Amino acid sequence: MSTTPTHLAPQFDDAEQQQLAATLGMWAFLATEVLFFGGMFAGYGVYRAWYPPTWADASRHLDLLLGTVNTAVLLTSSLTVALAVHAAQTGSRKGVVRNLSLTILFGAAFLGVKAYEYWHKWHEHHVPGATFEWHEASPSGPAELFFSFYFVMTGFHALHMVIGLGILAWLIVQARRDRFDAEYYTPVEMTGLYWHFVDIVWVFLFPLLYLIDRT
Amino acid sequence: MSRHVISRTAYFIVFGLLLVLLAATVLVAMIPLGDWSVAVALSIAALKAALIILYFMHVRHSPELVQVFSVAGFVWLALLFVFLFSDYLTRYDVTPLTG
Repeated sequence: MSTTPTHLAPQFDDAEQQQLAATLGMWAFLATEVLFFGGMFAGYGVYRAWYPPTWADASRHLDLLLGTVNTAVLLTSSLTVALAVHAAQTGSRKGVVRNLSLTILFGAAFLGVKAYEYWHKWHEHHVPGATFEWHEASPSGPAELFFSFYFVMTGFHALHMVIGLGILAWLIVQARRDRFDAEYYTPVEMTGLYWHFVDIVWVFLFPLLYLIDRT
Repeated sequence: MSRHVISRTAYFIVFGLLLVLLAATVLVAMIPLGDWSVAVALSIAALKAALIILYFMHVRHSPELVQVFSVAGFVWLALLFVFLFSDYLTRYDVTPLTG
């Protein structure tokens, strides 16, 4: 080998092997994330099967328009992060910084809408706990349970997004310092995988929480 | 490094499909399908997830080892769901107390 790239760690034969190791490691981590969220989806499924009418009632109390718009916003942020990886692959530093910035913008917009929804739920007394109130004909206990799942699942999803936003901001700093080029952009690609995974979690959360019964 | 680079056009096409599927899942939720509505909603969600995994996450053009890793988590999740719901969804009375 004539020249060894500066980013190549000593335990790897070449850059390609190093990149494959990083990708495999990332997917192994994402498998643990699938199971982390999967446990909550399983619990959700059991209780929804137990209390179908009440959960349908409770689901109708979520704002369908805000939920739909937010899903579109998050899908757009997935597009921009994919475009950031594309820009890195083609060696466009400007493209990386621009698309990562757009991703932060859309991610922050999603969290803003989510915060508004939480605030609205607080005012409607739909936050589980001492202040919970339920004025429908259906029983209040199962409804409170629905909102417990709603807040825990969307809360963990939002926490993942906050972490993602931090990593994206760090990536922008690194990109501006010229740390990436067409040969080495693994951190951009791995962050992309993480961000897409968070998007996938929402793709399932949205219909299961907002769309139980809208007929 | 010879890596497959997906074109920007392809990313925008996938994004367009994702938005179409989003509209579909909202509209179909307004049609009374009874027990089928959750099956349809989950099928559309799975389709969206597949598009994201195959194209946005590059799994379609990744080495086979990466493809196996990407499926692994979902296989374990499927085990959890199959055994959990083969119990809960087949009890003769799944409604405890009030519901």
